[in-house]
Amino acid sequence: MHILKLLIIDDELGLRHGAVRSLKNFTFHANGFEEEVSFEITEAGTGKEALAMMESNEIDIALIDYKLPDINGIEILNAIREKQYKLLSIFMTAYATLDVAVCATRNGAYDFLAKPFSPEELKNTLRKASSRIILQNKAKKYEEEKKLIRFEFLSVLSHELKAPLNAVESYLRIMDSKLSGESIENYEKMIKRSLDRIGGMRKLIFDLLDLTRIESGQKQRTIAPLNLVETAKKSIEIHHSMAEDKGVHVVLKSDESIIANTDSGEMEIMFNNLISNAIKYNKNYGSVTISIKKLEDFVSLEIADTGIGFKDEEKSKIFKEFVRCKNEFTQGIEGSGLGLSILSKLVRLYDGNIKLESEFGKGSKFTITLKKI
Amino acid sequence: MIGKEKNYKGKTAILVDDDIDFIEIIKIYLESFGFSVVTASSFEEGEKLINEVTYDLAIFDLMMENADSGFVLSYSSKKKYPDIPVLILTNVVNETGLRFDTYKTEKNSWIKADSVLNKSIRIEQLRKEVDKVFA
Repeated sequence: MHILKLLIIDDELGLRHGAVRSLKNFTFHANGFEEEVSFEITEAGTGKEALAMMESNEIDIALIDYKLPDINGIEILNAIREKQYKLLSIFMTAYATLDVAVCATRNGAYDFLAKPFSPEELKNTLRKASSRIILQNKAKKYEEEKKLIRFEFLSVLSHELKAPLNAVESYLRIMDSKLSGESIENYEKMIKRSLDRIGGMRKLIFDLLDLTRIESGQKQRTIAPLNLVETAKKSIEIHHSMAEDKGVHVVLKSDESIIANTDSGEMEIMFNNLISNAIKYNKNYGSVTISIKKLEDFVSLEIADTGIGFKDEEKSKIFKEFVRCKNEFTQGIEGSGLGLSILSKLVRLYDGNIKLESEFGKGSKFTITLKKI
Repeated sequence: MIGKEKNYKGKTAILVDDDIDFIEIIKIYLESFGFSVVTASSFEEGEKLINEVTYDLAIFDLMMENADSGFVLSYSSKKKYPDIPVLILTNVVNETGLRFDTYKTEKNSWIKADSVLNKSIRIEQLRKEVDKVFA
């Protein structure tokens, strides 16, 4: 039940009581919302009384009579505006001249009720105003949630950028003050680590751009027949030296050509993320097996490695942004924490799904199924 | 000033952090103060160090496997060696706006560390903090 606070401002006792009577037990569903709405009603006989009530209560809707014994309705509207009360005003008057109407609207009145009005007219006007208030509240709540998510994202992002910056800056200071001696050889490891961490930051920035483009829908998609085997080969080639450094053997199992209607940029990102992970988190001299299959109306991409693998509790989290698994095997491995999140967003564009089979210490297999191809 | 700086030769520090760069950097700093440094890069290894190494100073990263790993290590260390100083280093202060001032105020008595410091600490600042806990 959604209870709205209604304030009736009129010096005619009869009108106030009549309104209260007709709204007693009155509930309804606001447009488009499941929740039922009802009113908690307070009354004021003078303008001063009304202003005092607005000051001490958070009123949602005010029914305001134009002619009051002390100040007139327009002055009440002015006060509402000045004090920035978040309420909707409905103006009631028996002298519904065009001038009054225009003046009241200019001063912030939301709607009008011409006196005398029937209980039905009153209810209809209140239905309209209530729907608007509820809609406004929902929009506000949604905006706040959006802001909170954005804030959390930026906090994590700033941490992800700050950690490598701190490391590189500290290494440079150590070199600057020659803390480890005069010989450049003493600093080789620091130089290498600085370069690694700068590379990590660069990757993070590129991944962020990918993520933002996908999420905002700004990325131009060009869906055309594409040979996925060629794309996979290209990606393997890009990661060749990375694999060689670890002695990782990469095997591609597929027909010569598998054509699917896809966006070439998106497929490159998918293969690059999966293959680089499979190498990066592999054991030395491990292997990566990629297989691509086309079945009737979908393709399946399988990337299996003999690497670190995931613990059960990690499996559900790794597709979220900035989630990285911390353990003795992953130390020193650079990663943006965005790769799998990007992957899952791309797969969704193809109405597809990702299956992960993995055992900690033994390896992982990602099976991507793409439909709509 | 340089000639008058305190030297910690003969003293041992343990350092636990899962960021290998941070271990490298703080180790170099501490060694330049004269400490011998023993490092560990996970919570579990950290627990081991506390039990197996005789040390004069402990430095823990706050967030490792868990968000409060450093506090837990700090608690173990203080329980075993109440007089050995513990410093906790973290980025958390910046990011979440959380502030852990000194543990000695009543409100923060659950934090069993002598000081909680920002991870972007410079060598001179670390020197000051170390001098403070050994004063």
